[in-house]
Amino acid sequence: MKHRHPTASPLAKVLRPAALFAAMSVAVSAAALTAGPAAAQSAKEPGKFSGAPVRVGEINSYTGLPAFTIPYRQGWQLALEEINAAGGVIGCCELQVVSRDDAGKPDDAVRVAQELVTNEAVDVLAGTYFSHIGLAVADFAARNKVPFVAAEPLTDAITWSKGNRYTFRLRPSTYMQAAMLVEEAAKLPAKRWATVAPNYEYGQSAVSWFKQLLKEKRPDVEFVAEQWPVQGKLEAGPTVQALAAAKPDAIFNVTFGADLAKFVREGEGRGLFRNRKVVSLLTGEPEYLEPMKDEAPEGWIVTGYPWEQIDTPAHKAFVAAYSARFKETPKAGSIVGYITMKAVAAAITKAKSANAEPIVDALAGLTIDSPVGPVTFRASDHQATMGAYVGITTVKDGRGTMKDWRYADGANYLPPDDAARKMRPAE
Amino acid sequence: MSELVVRDLQRSFGGVQAVGGVSFTLCSGDLLALIGPNGAGKSTCFNLLNGQLRPDSGSVRLDGTELVGLPPRHIWALGVGRTFQITATFASMTVAENVQMVLLSRARRLFGLWRPAAAQFREPALALLDRVGMAAQADRPCGVLAYGDVKRVELAMALASEPTVLLMDEPTAGMAPAERLALMVLTAELVRERGLAVLFTEHDMDAVFGHATRVLVLDRGRLIAEGSPDQVRADPRVQSVYLGGEA
Amino acid sequence: MSFLLVQALSGLATAATLFLVSSGLTIVFGVTRIVNFAHGSFYMVGAYAGWSLIERFGGTPAGFWGSVAAAALAMGVLGAAMEIGLLRRLYRSPELFQLLGTFGVVLVVQDLTAWAWGPEDLLGRRAPGLKGSIDILDQPFPLYDLVLIGLGPLVLGLLWLLFNRTRWGTLVRAATQDREMTSALGVDPARLFTGVLFLGCALAGLGGALQVPRESVTLQMDMAIVVEAFVVVVVGGMGSLTGAFLASLLIGQLQAFGILVFPQITLVLVFLFMAVVLVLRPHGLLGRPDEAPPTAPATVTVPLLAGRHAGTWALALLPVLAAAPLVAGDYALILLTEVVILALFAASLHLLIGLGGLVSFGHAAWFGLGAYGSALLVRHLDAPMPLALAGAPVLAGLGALVAGWFCVRRSGLYFAMLTLAFAQIVWSIVFQWYAVTGGDNGILGVWPPGWAAGKATYYWLTLALCGGALWLLYRAAFAPFGYALRAGRDSGLRAESVGIDVRRFQWMAFVLAGAAAGLAGGLYAFAKGSVFPTLLAVPQSVDALVMVLMGGIQTITGPLAGAVVFHLLESEVMSLTDWWRLVLGLIIVALVLVFPKGIVGFLSGIRSRT
Ligand SMILES: Nc1ncnc2c1ncn2[C@@H]1O[C@H](COP(=O)(O)OP(=O)(O)O)[C@@H](O)[C@H]1O
Ligand SMILES: [Mg+2]
Repeated sequence: MKHRHPTASPLAKVLRPAALFAAMSVAVSAAALTAGPAAAQSAKEPGKFSGAPVRVGEINSYTGLPAFTIPYRQGWQLALEEINAAGGVIGCCELQVVSRDDAGKPDDAVRVAQELVTNEAVDVLAGTYFSHIGLAVADFAARNKVPFVAAEPLTDAITWSKGNRYTFRLRPSTYMQAAMLVEEAAKLPAKRWATVAPNYEYGQSAVSWFKQLLKEKRPDVEFVAEQWPVQGKLEAGPTVQALAAAKPDAIFNVTFGADLAKFVREGEGRGLFRNRKVVSLLTGEPEYLEPMKDEAPEGWIVTGYPWEQIDTPAHKAFVAAYSARFKETPKAGSIVGYITMKAVAAAITKAKSANAEPIVDALAGLTIDSPVGPVTFRASDHQATMGAYVGITTVKDGRGTMKDWRYADGANYLPPDDAARKMRPAE
Repeated sequence: MSELVVRDLQRSFGGVQAVGGVSFTLCSGDLLALIGPNGAGKSTCFNLLNGQLRPDSGSVRLDGTELVGLPPRHIWALGVGRTFQITATFASMTVAENVQMVLLSRARRLFGLWRPAAAQFREPALALLDRVGMAAQADRPCGVLAYGDVKRVELAMALASEPTVLLMDEPTAGMAPAERLALMVLTAELVRERGLAVLFTEHDMDAVFGHATRVLVLDRGRLIAEGSPDQVRADPRVQSVYLGGEA
Repeated sequence: MSFLLVQALSGLATAATLFLVSSGLTIVFGVTRIVNFAHGSFYMVGAYAGWSLIERFGGTPAGFWGSVAAAALAMGVLGAAMEIGLLRRLYRSPELFQLLGTFGVVLVVQDLTAWAWGPEDLLGRRAPGLKGSIDILDQPFPLYDLVLIGLGPLVLGLLWLLFNRTRWGTLVRAATQDREMTSALGVDPARLFTGVLFLGCALAGLGGALQVPRESVTLQMDMAIVVEAFVVVVVGGMGSLTGAFLASLLIGQLQAFGILVFPQITLVLVFLFMAVVLVLRPHGLLGRPDEAPPTAPATVTVPLLAGRHAGTWALALLPVLAAAPLVAGDYALILLTEVVILALFAASLHLLIGLGGLVSFGHAAWFGLGAYGSALLVRHLDAPMPLALAGAPVLAGLGALVAGWFCVRRSGLYFAMLTLAFAQIVWSIVFQWYAVTGGDNGILGVWPPGWAAGKATYYWLTLALCGGALWLLYRAAFAPFGYALRAGRDSGLRAESVGIDVRRFQWMAFVLAGAAAGLAGGLYAFAKGSVFPTLLAVPQSVDALVMVLMGGIQTITGPLAGAVVFHLLESEVMSLTDWWRLVLGLIIVALVLVFPKGIVGFLSGIRSRT
């Protein structure tokens, strides 16, 4: 376990007295904090493993978006413990993880990735939540030829227009989730649609896919209003009012988090959802549904994760282990983190090597059994076939959950291999 | 030979007329004193002359060129220098650098990005400082000087631009009597040597009547008397509104 | 018709919250001249405290309103504590130092709040008795929003009474006009300031607690509100309560109707509005021009230090820096490369602050434009790196040329906010112009070509270019240009009366600083391989400001030391602990208290004493 990387000393040698002070204060704070949580996570018994440990560098926005990333971290921590308890990877080697915060900034993420690769000598990179950070790390990975499993970023670009040999993505993309919802939306009688989405790439591509795919299935629909609130700064009253004024039959919502809570409250208060269907991306995930408690919306068609109702043995085992380990119930991030680490381990074991090229080759086409079912990283576009649960929101025992759901396997919502391959840049 | 012709200068603040219809002429060789009680409008007059304030009406012509409406830096470039009642120097620079700034500005070398400013025009700056008796303090920061010394730096700065007209607002405030005398003597010398036209305000009546060639008396924005020191001293109106209060 | 009316009412409800928060900010600024960056933190903690109290006691109307009041009072007490513990010790420091101190508080509060209340969003109870809505011309409108609408004018009225009908208020008003006078009146200004901080922070807390029934309480609330509150304060006119009220109303309506007309530009609407107001009205809507302009660093008129020996130091340092690749590993080199780039970035901002007295809140715009200049040339024209790097200062300089022309016409905090407005406008263009800039997904693949790909080579290249630019900035600072800039800062009056066109020099400095920051940005783009709108966002501007202030503004070398210390601290602490904001914040607060003149100021203080 390494705590400090060897930068302070050469710097101290070469800079002015002021910088000397800098280095000193760094050293002091470093000394005060050596027991930080960012230290490499590894098993305690030495000698249990015959081979050299394989190291994973993990990056996420732990301080930027703790509500989503901390369940994710707990997910991979659980997976890591299970992996090492079962003999590690390649049947001989401990899997070690060095985890870092990226402060929500892509340039910090790239620096951290560099630190992990050069100072911590990690063999694989994993993680990231925000799309732009995922893209930055993916680009770094391609440049430095390090395998990277992007866990949570949703942007289609990461596997398609900006895809590269070294990057794989687990979570179902914006396109996939929109496609899942369109399937349901097309069954509704609604003809007049309004959309509300945060004003950045995620919101925009979600809306444009939704429009395009829905029009393909239902040429008779029209989109009568769109709202583009600033992410995190939704002006709920005016936005709700503006949507209501367009008198749509149904609404497609992409806002999430605090914006969603505001939107729901204000929408209920102003009767926006009365006699209207709402189709909403990700809203069924416990991260978003649970904070709304008994005010969670009723009857929305959503993608999500009804963790308490999924009763496959594998998933039940996961929930039991997770709840026992962390004394809390899993979120969508938890299952993503868990599968991410399991996939990384499986790829290393399949590659029988800690080297980049074999691991990348192993990841392409890798299939693992996960708590949500089999997941394959497609060789064509490096997108995993992990799906999402599509269902209806409801409030039960004072908290929001999903009903009438089904598991939409990602494989069914992806373009065919050759079409996907065409969207990627030439290798 | 320069001539500053001021005609019917007016300026009010809100409802208060600070300067109401002032006219006078200032020629080379003049050491013209502008006196009057506090609040009479003297400083406002100065600000109107050097372009810092715009008059409501009236004209100021320097050798036929209309100055009203020009920004202070253009009026300065035409040869009108000034010192301030409330001293204004560059406090973060040394005394010499303050003067060097003016010399650099005069030589249009301010846009230089490379050669250190401190090395340019240092000799002429020191010479000017010597003239006002500040050479010994040339390398002290201007921010730490005594008030009277700052006044002298201001004078050196004003002289550095080789003005033809010099406006001095209470140049000797904050000085000891001996220093005041020395400064007035110096000013009178400059007027004679360089053919300067000087307009100055002053509260010390000895300085005014001992050195001025002519005196203007301002009261509540209006000129109430003008003439040689002796004429003004004898003017009963002046005595009542102004000297009466003093004596 | 009824729709428009309800939309207007919605705007009024938004305005009420904005007013509560910004009234506190404008009062604090008006009296103490402190740019309280932590104001948003009091709003956020007020919301959290309100949430906790309302969850427990908010079942009845009395309990609910009591909880709101208690949360507000608690924030007042915290604000007073911040005044006593931190700000009071800084009244003699350069005024901007207080901004740095409050920035440290922001970081500390962020982590402490996350620690105390957990990371998840908290959705609170609705106000008892006000849960429903009433129909206004057949349009349902929430009752609670109606109450908020009434609360705005009520608070304005109460504040008016406080300031016009009480002795304390009269004293505070006197202090706003003339700080020295109050001490002449025999009033202890420290006590007055404590009271003002109490009031200002209590108003922020009130605004926060009142949000509980409307929206969930989150850890992002502080930053979301503080910038907007500054906009309101500046648009209204610094220190003017009525102005803040008017500005809140206008901005509330602008947002309510703006989303109908241009739903896509909600991002910048407020900043565009502020830019327009400031360009047309130098002192905001109701600010008074005769008041001394709220210049932040006007007190910094001490001589520029570290002039004479900096050259020698630099010559001695350069070979050592150049030899670093011999001993340093790849990552250390990357860190060193970043430090060198940030040193240039900080030095370019220092040109404005330290020499020109112009505090820019939007300097990241030029850093980011530089980065995008390079990236765009690479992406769209396939330009080779040297050409792309040359494009960086050009694009940034051009941007600064346009923005600078407007900005230098204003001074003090008005200047600062105008730079912020331009930065936000540039940011939103970059953020939304997908076809060209790639939007928030940025531009990837901006890597150096083979010959410069090695970490050491790129480091040397960076060192050479940044070293050269720093050398030029250093020469400029001591050349007539830098002196003219300082002359304008020391005494604009005197400068103008000796032929110095102050604005012209400020404008040139703005362009020069922008171009230098742009070069830094271009180098940063190639160091990172990608560019994103975050490079021109507010946090990046704040980082630059922190680096400059940390190092000390009185010295040329200050920003360099500040960049080294800040960047190393941040990257080092970040990799050690998740609580890095807490640690960094505490270090900043400690630095501010121990070295009120900045690091280099402190070091030269020691040198001159011994
Ligand atoms: N900027 C200003 N705003 C308002 N009133 C002013 C201003 N400058 C001067 N005054 C007023 O104009 C009058 C003349 O002032 P001033 O010219 O300074 O007098 P003096 O220099 O003769 O003492 C005074 O009543 C003063 O209060
Ligand atoms: Mg006067």
